[in-house]
Amino acid sequence: MIEVKNVSKSFNGQKVLFDIDHVFEEGKVNLIIGQSGQGKSVLAKCIVGLYDPEEGQILFDQRNFTNMDRAQRSAIRQEIGMLFQGAALFDSMTVEQNVMFPLQMFTNMTKAEIQTRADFCLERVNLAGRNKLLPSECSGGMQKRVGIARAISMNPRYLFCDEPNSGLDPKTSIVIDNLIQDITQEYKITTVVITHDMNSVMEIGDHILFIHQGKKWWEGDRHSIINATNPEIESFVYASSFMKEIRTQLQKKAL
Amino acid sequence: MNLLKQFGQYILMLSVVFSRPDRWRFFWKHTLLEIEQIGINSLPIVALMSTFMGAVIALQTASSMESPLLPDYTVGFITQSSTILEFSPTIISLILAGKVGSNVASEIGTMRVTEQIDALEIMGVNSLNFLVLPKITAAFFFFPVLVIFSMALSMFGGWLSLLVSDLTTTEIYIMGIRSFFNPFHITYALTKTLVFGFLIVSIASFYGYYVKGGSLDVGRASTQAVVSGSIAILIANFILTQLMLLS
Repeated sequence: MIEVKNVSKSFNGQKVLFDIDHVFEEGKVNLIIGQSGQGKSVLAKCIVGLYDPEEGQILFDQRNFTNMDRAQRSAIRQEIGMLFQGAALFDSMTVEQNVMFPLQMFTNMTKAEIQTRADFCLERVNLAGRNKLLPSECSGGMQKRVGIARAISMNPRYLFCDEPNSGLDPKTSIVIDNLIQDITQEYKITTVVITHDMNSVMEIGDHILFIHQGKKWWEGDRHSIINATNPEIESFVYASSFMKEIRTQLQKKAL
Repeated sequence: MNLLKQFGQYILMLSVVFSRPDRWRFFWKHTLLEIEQIGINSLPIVALMSTFMGAVIALQTASSMESPLLPDYTVGFITQSSTILEFSPTIISLILAGKVGSNVASEIGTMRVTEQIDALEIMGVNSLNFLVLPKITAAFFFFPVLVIFSMALSMFGGWLSLLVSDLTTTEIYIMGIRSFFNPFHITYALTKTLVFGFLIVSIASFYGYYVKGGSLDVGRASTQAVVSGSIAILIANFILTQLMLLS
């Protein structure tokens, strides 16, 4: 469980996060949604420590991350896996080396154990046998899957995914979404996904936080978001013609 | 004010760079790779520059020697002293500021804009130490080798040009090279090289690491790294010369 308590953040005197208070639950896919430029990624970067919030606290299972020094933070970070928007694979390393990297860096596992773990993680994301490919030789979807394999290699307690579906076709997006959901349930980890993709929201959104103008605007799940009456949420959820059409059809059916 | 802020940020960066590596095995592995990347890969350009510059220094000196009072070995002596004192440590370092500086800044800058540095940080890796310390160590180990190599080739280039132009004999040239040789000049040259190597790599890493934006900004950071690195070399050259040769 990750608790965010009254977190605020400014850049060059301009406040981008206002007093965010939220709990990301364990064993669930927690989504942070909202339009571009509303502070989703800033909040996520504050949680993982890439930005230091000016006010408030971040607690990872009651451990106050904001007060920790570099070494203590490093220990917590080894429990965090993160999938970046562009996958952020190390381009000089092969797929396998990318997955092995955290294991070689932070564990005392033998070479054989590391190899076994890397093979397992790659198999888990359906990339068995692709060990020797370079990131530049992988498609966007494959890179995301390698990113997930690298993120889970250390058996993380917390998984962060920054727009996991950006740049992917709808079918591959569903594969990635399902993978994130399966991994969350399988390992009972706290997963936080930043997205503005409504398909993902409907597919995996166990617990949703809607951010608007840097403020916590709404929270709920994928079922309640459809019926939310808040105008900002409504304009976000029904932004596409496809969703508008679904709403019209549902309303017709209800009548 | 901005310059002062940047200098402060640079000093803070160095305080993080010079910490104990998370894994020594990774550190030495990366240092060897960097020796290849920034050292061995610079050998061809250093060889080419040194040979031709040595040749030109020798020819220019020979062409300026009109007074019959000057001994014949002066050409060799001037080639030796200008190579050891200035050409090899300073001019070669300026060339390396261009080649290595832009390479380091663009490599680290690209890692920054593609979130690879964020990925390292989130894993708990001290990214500055992991990325920059092997580069500085490689420069410390290999830049002196490059400069000694440059000195040798420069004097060889001078000899070759004089021989081809029939301006002197091998014996007289070697006599000139050996005349008034001061071993402290080698210490001076290598000290300068170590300082320049450190400046080139650390300044380029600084510009690369703190780049914000996209590929255009990485390009700008590379240019800034080369310009700032070159200016730092010129200033450090002046200070070191004052301290080591004149005090």
